[in-house]
Amino acid sequence: MSSSHIQTITSPESLQKFRKSIEGKTAGIKVIRVCIGTGCAAKGSRKLLELFQEAVKESGNGIRVEPKSVGCHGLCERGPIVVIEPGDIIYMGVEEPDVEEIYRETVLGGRIVERLVYKDPETGALSKTEGEIPFYKAQKRIVLKENGNLNPKNIEDYILKGGYTAAAKALSSMEPEEIIEEVRISGLRGRGGGGFPTARKWQSCREAPGEERYVICNGDEGDPGAFMDRSIMEGNPHAVLEGMIIGAYAIGANQGYIYVRNEYPLAVEHLTGAINQAKEYGLLGDNIFGTDFSFDIRINRGGGAFVCGESTALMASLEGRTGEPRAKYVHTVESGLKGVPTNLNNVETWSNIPSIINNGGAWFASIGTEGSKGTKVFSLVGKVENTGLVEIPMGMTLREIIYDIGGGVKDGKEFKAVQTGGPSGGCIPQKYLDAPVDFDELTKLGSMMGSGGMIVMDEDTCMVNVAKYFLNFLKEESCGKCTPCREGVSQMLHILERITAGDGREGDIETLEELALLLRDTSLCALGQTAANPVLSTLKYFRKEYETHIRERKCPAKECKGLFTYEIDPEACKGCMLCLKNCPVDAITGERKQPHVINQEICTLCGTCFEKCPFGAVLKV
Amino acid sequence: MGEELILTVADRYERDEGMLIPMMQDIQKEMGYLPPEDLRRLSGVLEIPLVRIYGVATFYSSFRLAPKGQHDITLCMGTVCFLKGSGKISEAICNEFNVEPGATTEDRLFTMSAVNCVGACALAPVMIVDGQYHDHVTMDSAIKIIRGLKEEG
Repeated sequence: MSSSHIQTITSPESLQKFRKSIEGKTAGIKVIRVCIGTGCAAKGSRKLLELFQEAVKESGNGIRVEPKSVGCHGLCERGPIVVIEPGDIIYMGVEEPDVEEIYRETVLGGRIVERLVYKDPETGALSKTEGEIPFYKAQKRIVLKENGNLNPKNIEDYILKGGYTAAAKALSSMEPEEIIEEVRISGLRGRGGGGFPTARKWQSCREAPGEERYVICNGDEGDPGAFMDRSIMEGNPHAVLEGMIIGAYAIGANQGYIYVRNEYPLAVEHLTGAINQAKEYGLLGDNIFGTDFSFDIRINRGGGAFVCGESTALMASLEGRTGEPRAKYVHTVESGLKGVPTNLNNVETWSNIPSIINNGGAWFASIGTEGSKGTKVFSLVGKVENTGLVEIPMGMTLREIIYDIGGGVKDGKEFKAVQTGGPSGGCIPQKYLDAPVDFDELTKLGSMMGSGGMIVMDEDTCMVNVAKYFLNFLKEESCGKCTPCREGVSQMLHILERITAGDGREGDIETLEELALLLRDTSLCALGQTAANPVLSTLKYFRKEYETHIRERKCPAKECKGLFTYEIDPEACKGCMLCLKNCPVDAITGERKQPHVINQEICTLCGTCFEKCPFGAVLKV
Repeated sequence: MGEELILTVADRYERDEGMLIPMMQDIQKEMGYLPPEDLRRLSGVLEIPLVRIYGVATFYSSFRLAPKGQHDITLCMGTVCFLKGSGKISEAICNEFNVEPGATTEDRLFTMSAVNCVGACALAPVMIVDGQYHDHVTMDSAIKIIRGLKEEG
C-alpha cells in the first residue's frame, strides 16, 4: 500500500475522485511486472522480483520505476514471465542472470532483448507483446483481462483499472430486480460445471421466504487438471469480491463466504488481503457507497475433499460437519447454509458479474452460442505444446483451441483424445475435434463442460488406464454416504484393475456398462451420478482398446505394465552399458560397445532401462 | 500448553461450532497434527461429541492424527501429473525410502503425501517440498531432492 492515509470510499463520486488521484500518482512511471502466480513462482520468479527491486534502488537515476508482482498471465509453460511497461514487452523463461540485461536494455534503454521474447517454433517470428503471440491472439479475455496486469495485493491497482465501478453503479443506481434482469439478459450460466442459469438462481434465492440470506463463492476447485479458479483468486481477487458484492445486493444477502481449496495457499493469502483492504476502504462492511446496504465476506479453507465442490456438501463443511451431500428435494436457494436461503456460485461466475454490469447484459450475450453466452476459461494442459490458461468465446471448436492456441500435440505425437469435465467428464476422440465447445455440445458428446479442465492425450496414453485413474480418484473421494457410489465405483475399479493387469474376462465390458447405468440412476449426488462417465465415454469411443486388453492381453498404447515388453534395438544400441548398470534385477547382458540384450525371464518390466537409455534404443513392443 | 491452546483457538471463533474446521486447522498448524487429547479438550469446550470431531478429522484428507516427519513431501497425482508419470515417481519414492503415501519414514525424515492436483499443471509432474514447488520432476530427480534433505539433516 503506497498511501499511509486511507481514504474511505463513500460514494461513486469519491471512487472516481480516488481513481483520478491514483492516475496522477502513477502517470509516467515505468513498470516491471513480474508474475508471482504459482507456476512462475515455482520457477523462481519471487527472486527475480527481489533482483529488480534491488536494481531499481541502485540505479536511482531519476527515472521512476516500479517493480510489481502480478498474477498469472496464463502461459505458465514458459514462465517465469516478466512484462515491461511502457510497450508491454513480454519476456519469457527469465532467469536470474537476465535481470541486469533486461533492466539496462529495456527498462533504461528502451531496447528489446530478443533472446527472451516469444519465438514462433515454426516461422521463427518474434512476438514482443502478448497480443502478437498466437496463444493469446485467438483468445477473448473478459475474466482474465486484468490477470497479469495488476498487483493482486494492491486494491489501488484494481481501482485504477476501473474496479468497483460496477458495484458503485449497481448499488447507487440500480434496483436489485434490475441487476437480476441484466444478468438474465446476459445469459450467464454457472461456470462451476452445471451450467444453471445464474439469474434464475439469484431470483429464486431473492424470492425465498426468510429474513436472512447468504451468498457463497465456491473456490473448491477440485477437478484434477483444472486451475482457472486458482489463477483468478490469486491474480485478481477483487473481481471476485466485486461480483459477490453486486450479487449479494441483488439477492438481499448481508453475509458472504468464500470456500477455498486447502491446496491453494496463495489464493487464500491474496483473497484475505483483498478482503481486508476492501474493508479499510469501506467497500465491504456497513453502508457501502453510502447506501443502507451492508455486506461482509469470510474465507473458509477447505479440508481437502473433492465432494465439497458439491453445493450441499460444501455447505455442510461450512457448518463444521463432514462434507456429505444431501438430497435436494429442497433447493439450497430456499434452505441452504444453516437452513437459510443461500446462493452459491463458482469463482468464474462471480468474476463475470462486474463486466456484465459495466457493459450491459446484451454485450455479454453477443458473445458465444445460442445456449451458452460469453466466454469460458479453460486450463489447457497435458500433452500439448502451449499449456496454460485460455479464455475463449463459447462456440470455438476443440481443434481451434488445441491447435491454434495450444500449438498442437507435444513432440509431434499423434492426437488421441481430449478429456474435459474432470472426473465427471469424458474423453472426446479425434473425429469430434470440430465440435464447438459449449455446455450442450460437450454433454451431447458424452462429456461435459465441467469447471474447465481440458487435458490433451496423445498416442502413448492408454484409455483404459485413464478410466482407471479417474475411478481410483473417485473411489478415494466418494464420501461413502450412498451405496451405489461407494460400492459401485469400487467394483468398477476392481474390474479395470484386472483388465489393465492382463486378467480381463469376456463379459467385463458388459458388467462395466451395467454398473455404470446403476450408478447414474441411483446415486444421490452428481459425484456418483457422473462417476461412470470416464468409463462410458472411453468405452464408447475406444472400445477396441478395452477388447485388445481383454482378448489379446496387449496394451496398444504400451502403458499397462505386463501387457508389453521391453527390447533393445541392436541397430540403435551403442553399448554404453548405462541400462545394464541401472537394471535393478540384472536382466541385461552385453559387452561395452556391443548391443545389449534383455533377458525377458528375469525382466520385471520396471522401465528403468527405457528411462535411462540416451539413444532411445530401448523399445516397447 | 494444550489446555490454553484449545481455549485460545475456540475463543478466536467465539466457540461457534460451525467454525469447527478452521479451529482444527489452527490446532494442526500449531501442533503439526491433531493430538487426541486436544481433540478431547476441544470436544469438552465446544460441548460437541468427540465422535463428531473424530469424524471430521478422518473425513478431510488434510487432517492428520499422527505427528509429521521433519519435512513435508507432497506429490501431485492430478490427471496431468499422472499422464506424465507421477504414478511411477510415487512408486519409486515409496520403494527407495520404504514409505507409503500418507505415512512418515521410520527415521521421521519426511511425511509423504500424494494429493489430487495442486493446480500447477503446466509444471507437471510437480513435487512440493516444504512449500517449495519443484517442476517437471522425474523418478531420479525426485529421489535426488529427497536425498538432499537427508544430507542437510
